[in-house]
Amino acid sequence: MSLEIVIAGVTLVSLIIYALMGGADFGGGVWDLLARGPRAKRQRQIVADAIAPIWEANHVWLILIVVLLFTAWPRAFAAMMTALHIPLTIMLIGIVLRGTAFVFRKYDSKRDSVQHRWSLVFGISSLVTPVVQGMTLGALATGDIRVEKSLVLTGFFAGWLSPFAWACGVFALVLFAFLAAVYLTLDAAAEPEVQNDFRLRAIWAELALAPIAAVVFFTSRGEAPEMYRGLTNWWAPWLLVVTSGCALVALGALWKRSFKLARVAAIGQVTTILAGWCLAQYPHLIYPDVTITNAAAPQITLKLLVIALGVGSVILLPSLYYLFKVFKGSR
Amino acid sequence: MTDLQFARAQMGMSLAFHILFAAVGIAMPIMMAMAEGFYLRTKKPVYLDLAHRWAKGTAILFAVGAVSGTVLSFELGLLWPKFMEHAGPIIGMPFSLEGFAFFTEAIFLGLFLYGWKKMSPIAHWLSGVMVAISGVMSGVFVVTANAWMNTPVGFTYENGEFSDIDPIAAMLNPAALHEVLHMTFAAMVATGFLVAGIHAYFLLRNKQSEFHRAAFGIAAALACVSIPLQVLTGDLAARRVAKYQPMKLAAMEAHYETRSHAPFVIGGIPDDETKTTKYGVEIPNALSILIGHKADTVVPGLDQIPREEWPNVKLVHWSFDVMVGAGMVMLGLAMWAGMAYWKRRSEWISPRLLKSFVWCAPLGFIALEAGWFVTEFGRQPWIIYGIMKTSEAVTPMPNLVVPFTTFTIVYIFLSIVLVFLLKRQFLETAPEKRGDV
Repeated sequence: MSLEIVIAGVTLVSLIIYALMGGADFGGGVWDLLARGPRAKRQRQIVADAIAPIWEANHVWLILIVVLLFTAWPRAFAAMMTALHIPLTIMLIGIVLRGTAFVFRKYDSKRDSVQHRWSLVFGISSLVTPVVQGMTLGALATGDIRVEKSLVLTGFFAGWLSPFAWACGVFALVLFAFLAAVYLTLDAAAEPEVQNDFRLRAIWAELALAPIAAVVFFTSRGEAPEMYRGLTNWWAPWLLVVTSGCALVALGALWKRSFKLARVAAIGQVTTILAGWCLAQYPHLIYPDVTITNAAAPQITLKLLVIALGVGSVILLPSLYYLFKVFKGSR
Repeated sequence: MTDLQFARAQMGMSLAFHILFAAVGIAMPIMMAMAEGFYLRTKKPVYLDLAHRWAKGTAILFAVGAVSGTVLSFELGLLWPKFMEHAGPIIGMPFSLEGFAFFTEAIFLGLFLYGWKKMSPIAHWLSGVMVAISGVMSGVFVVTANAWMNTPVGFTYENGEFSDIDPIAAMLNPAALHEVLHMTFAAMVATGFLVAGIHAYFLLRNKQSEFHRAAFGIAAALACVSIPLQVLTGDLAARRVAKYQPMKLAAMEAHYETRSHAPFVIGGIPDDETKTTKYGVEIPNALSILIGHKADTVVPGLDQIPREEWPNVKLVHWSFDVMVGAGMVMLGLAMWAGMAYWKRRSEWISPRLLKSFVWCAPLGFIALEAGWFVTEFGRQPWIIYGIMKTSEAVTPMPNLVVPFTTFTIVYIFLSIVLVFLLKRQFLETAPEKRGDV
């Protein structure tokens, strides 16, 4: 197997973990924004406690993805950063405001008005960021961004404003919110009423995902034909079976209140969606001009990168395991 | 202003902002681990209180550092796509290692900040040690990448193409050693003096406070041990800049004319037109002696390169003077504190000494920013020294005034809130209370 494929695999895994961890943290922010009813305050507290120790570590997966991109596919990175300058800048501002508002809220005055103000910043930035992330990812599949060598020919608005990209953005948002609600049912185990709040939210979010996925699929036909072709490949029905199987299990488990099973199913669902997405786009990084192979860095760079990844994960993986064992181990 | 200038302003502002939190992220964990280590050994609760309270401040600052660092990793590509396209494969290596170091730092900081009751005391303390080590390491790797921009090696450059890439050689570039040392100690000096100054202020108001005495002791110790080492690494840096980037050194010294018996110029107003520095204080022969240990050493001046390749001489020269001046004041204070400790041991903390620490509190960070200005403005107009101009690397994106303004507003807003919140942490939580731990 060639090195760029290995690194592409690592990048995909990082992307999936980022969605499962970092994505869920954004989802938590969405539920903070949407906290309603007599238990709103408790809901917010549980969201805050759940993400406080881990959100920074979860966030680093995004930095890892960026570093992998510019080290292994520098030309693709340059083109993406040029063509998607605007949504990425919006995403960055979202990331800055989300993280700082979350920490500031914790250490600022406990007066309701002050807390409310920070919650609003935290919630809105948690809502906007996943949308632009989805739009950015969607834009890469549209074929609207054309690249010659490393020059972007299509300006700064290509792709990411298309209905397909918007659908991807909304899909990412609801997916993250669903994931967060499922996790939060476990974090709220000590308070059955709040747990039920998150259970209902998870169910609603999961139900909303199906029509949005359909919109993504049908808009891809006209706007991201390669993606559409990929999604109608021989393996696509199997993937669809697995994904919807996971979704149904998650729904059933939520209904039956077996929350641990729901979590496993939700993780399976998100993993297959992202893996399928990348398979459908393979081997393109930016459809149709930039591929994993034609934008790859020199072999020596790739070789050293693989070694660095190996050495790094020897330190990283046990540390991560320990982090989650300490804070989420009892569940 | 042109789009290039806005891009440079945005990058410069983002870096100047982030570097404050990066420095704190390197040095605070060392002090927290020291405090908790003292607690484990002496079982005095005051040290545990200290570790807790420092941890709170660090939590706030680290979060801002993490998100502003993310902004930077994207801005490399958003603002300088041409640079990253070529530099990515060459210096991706230290960036990936930095990624892992930062990962480790974030993981163990989470454990340190939130794991007080969930881990054994030793495991908790070891987490703090891990944060300190990985914090230093992530700084080391990222500065290595910056050093490569100053002394680019590890490739062949022909007709605008980079070939024969050797990422290991690039990582071990000539500027790496001195930049890494100078930046790491800068972080300790800046944070040490700032924290010592803050606690000195409270100690002056409440002389009996065990808490502030312990805090001041640790911070002042870190500051006073690292400042002489920092001066030594600065000397090393100056020699190596003279060797590998003589034109940067010339700008630092406002040294226009190639000559022997070159003086060391302090202050003054460099004038690019007349190639002289008015009103500066000159120490005869000092620059020649500094560089070559002999008064007749010929020191190349800016006249060696075309005018359009000069960095901003005024800015680089003044920044250099500010850095050195602040460093010397801190060195003097450290020597005074050291002598007081030598003579009087337990009674070494006098009100006059405390007052001086209060006044010198911001000097470390002033020196750090000024030093950063020297290395970054001194590199201009190159983004890869001697190979690629900054103007060739900039994004084709128009209207860069918009992101520049946006980020400026966001960062100013964050700075104001931060000052307010840190003050609040300090004034409102009594040291006896453990708050939300």
